[in-house]
Amino acid sequence: MSLPASPPRAGAELLSLSGVRKRFAQTEALRGLDLTLHTGEVLALLGPNGAGKTTAVRALLGLTRVDAGQIRVLGSAPGSFAARLGQGVMLQVGALPDQLTVRDQLRLASSYYAEPASIDSLARDCELDGQLDRRYEALSGGQKRRAQFALALVGNPRLLILDEPTSALDVGARSSFWAAIRRRVAAGMGVLLTTHDLAEAEAVAHRVLVMAQGRALGSGTPAEVRARIDGSVVHFRTSLDATALAALPGADQVLLDQGRASVHTRAPEQLLRAALAADATLNDLEVIRPRLEDAVERWLKEAA
Amino acid sequence: MNTLTAIPTAAPEAQIGVRAGPPLRAYLQEARAEVLKVWRQPAFLYPTLAFPSLFYLLFGVLMARGASSGETARYMLATYAVFGAMGPALFGFGVGIAEERSNGLLDLKRVLPLPPLSYLFAKAAMAMVFAVMVGLLLLTLATTVGGVRLSALSIAAYFLVLGLGALPFAALGLMIGCLLRAQAAVAVVQLVYLPLAFLGGLVFPIFLMPKLMQTIAAFLPSFHFGQLNLWAVGSISGFPLRSFLALSAFALLFLFLAARAYKRTEN
Repeated sequence: MSLPASPPRAGAELLSLSGVRKRFAQTEALRGLDLTLHTGEVLALLGPNGAGKTTAVRALLGLTRVDAGQIRVLGSAPGSFAARLGQGVMLQVGALPDQLTVRDQLRLASSYYAEPASIDSLARDCELDGQLDRRYEALSGGQKRRAQFALALVGNPRLLILDEPTSALDVGARSSFWAAIRRRVAAGMGVLLTTHDLAEAEAVAHRVLVMAQGRALGSGTPAEVRARIDGSVVHFRTSLDATALAALPGADQVLLDQGRASVHTRAPEQLLRAALAADATLNDLEVIRPRLEDAVERWLKEAA
Repeated sequence: MNTLTAIPTAAPEAQIGVRAGPPLRAYLQEARAEVLKVWRQPAFLYPTLAFPSLFYLLFGVLMARGASSGETARYMLATYAVFGAMGPALFGFGVGIAEERSNGLLDLKRVLPLPPLSYLFAKAAMAMVFAVMVGLLLLTLATTVGGVRLSALSIAAYFLVLGLGALPFAALGLMIGCLLRAQAAVAVVQLVYLPLAFLGGLVFPIFLMPKLMQTIAAFLPSFHFGQLNLWAVGSISGFPLRSFLALSAFALLFLFLAARAYKRTEN
């Protein structure tokens, strides 16, 4: 079971955003975002593309100046030297110089800290053994991502910020990636990550904050969030009427259009068993897991 | 789970005082990385080193046979070395910054605790290292096949002028790199580099040019850079104070504009 233990409740606050707003020329990227992160906690910012996750990350790193609101990173202003010393960062787009070997890059980053992690132990943790003396340009996509990860850990950060960290990793690399993070989280590191993959959030996060349209739509444990947004839509052709469909076990929301039903449910198996029993002519069956975008959109509509 | 917090090295309390490393080490590592980046880019390195050398061999040595060939070889050593020193400063800085702005490396640098200015310092050091390297290549050609003899003092002055004179062009490159995207920066640097070299009298001696061109040259930093190096190798006698002041003024102007452009790339 990959579910993490719940975080220590009394941990110190590593990160806080309150009422953060940011407007770009055309769009309002953040409209009053609040969040906090404590030591030993993993918080996933989950949301579809364009929800404002990356803007939030850039704001708390001091890369984007916000229009309003308060941000504190390790007790200091975002982008301040104190904040930079204690944070480890993996950006979504963060190329490293092609011509330098992995060791060159790590050695350079090590020079920023009085007591950096040892390069060999980082290489082991990030599965870069044997890659240390290869140039960055010669690495595969996944290896590049792991080199960036190693770089984020050089300073033994208390706060790790990961923007879409595993987007270029294969499944095996992901699990070792999360194993390396869990070890540090157990020792008190706090992690903020962005993702548009609920399964990924579920694998590591203690808490998930769902973002849409620049603010927090809601937050909770991964299980709570899954229950909220993870449903299926069952489509079929039926002779049942809308009332009968709505009475099916597990049916959350029913749409009936000229004998074609679309039923939202969190228990598709249960619903289908009942529907098939009630209607022997049921045909043209399709079960679709909605994309995160659709689930969040439905949530937004319900919230409105 | 809670028992794990007892691991001494990783307890949060032990990490609260994460300290920065000694700045000097960071500066040196950054400069080393910057030099390696350029050194390992053959497409950039070879032309940077080869073109000034080839031009010098052709125009300064082979075509300058005759009574005053030694003097020509001396004169051209000074101007082609300046031509060669400007290249890495303009390209390395200009194109380098523009690329690292667009591929996210500059953002990454801004979230890491490197000493302030060490990133720019490293690029300036790279420009100086390659200026000196071009200078060394040309000096070797001049003394071996060009028949040029320089005193130790002249050689010291020559390298000093090349290293320091590259800095205003590094600042110019920085400005271009902060204002433009990578592709555009390459084009603009080309547009700036070659005219500066030709009009500044670095490719063909200034005294062979028409009067109007000579007047224009006096307004170009490349001309003054060249004059200083001509003094260093002994082709002009008397320190060209005016060129020194003019190049210093250009340096301050470019630095000011570059600092503004660099500031603008934040946020």
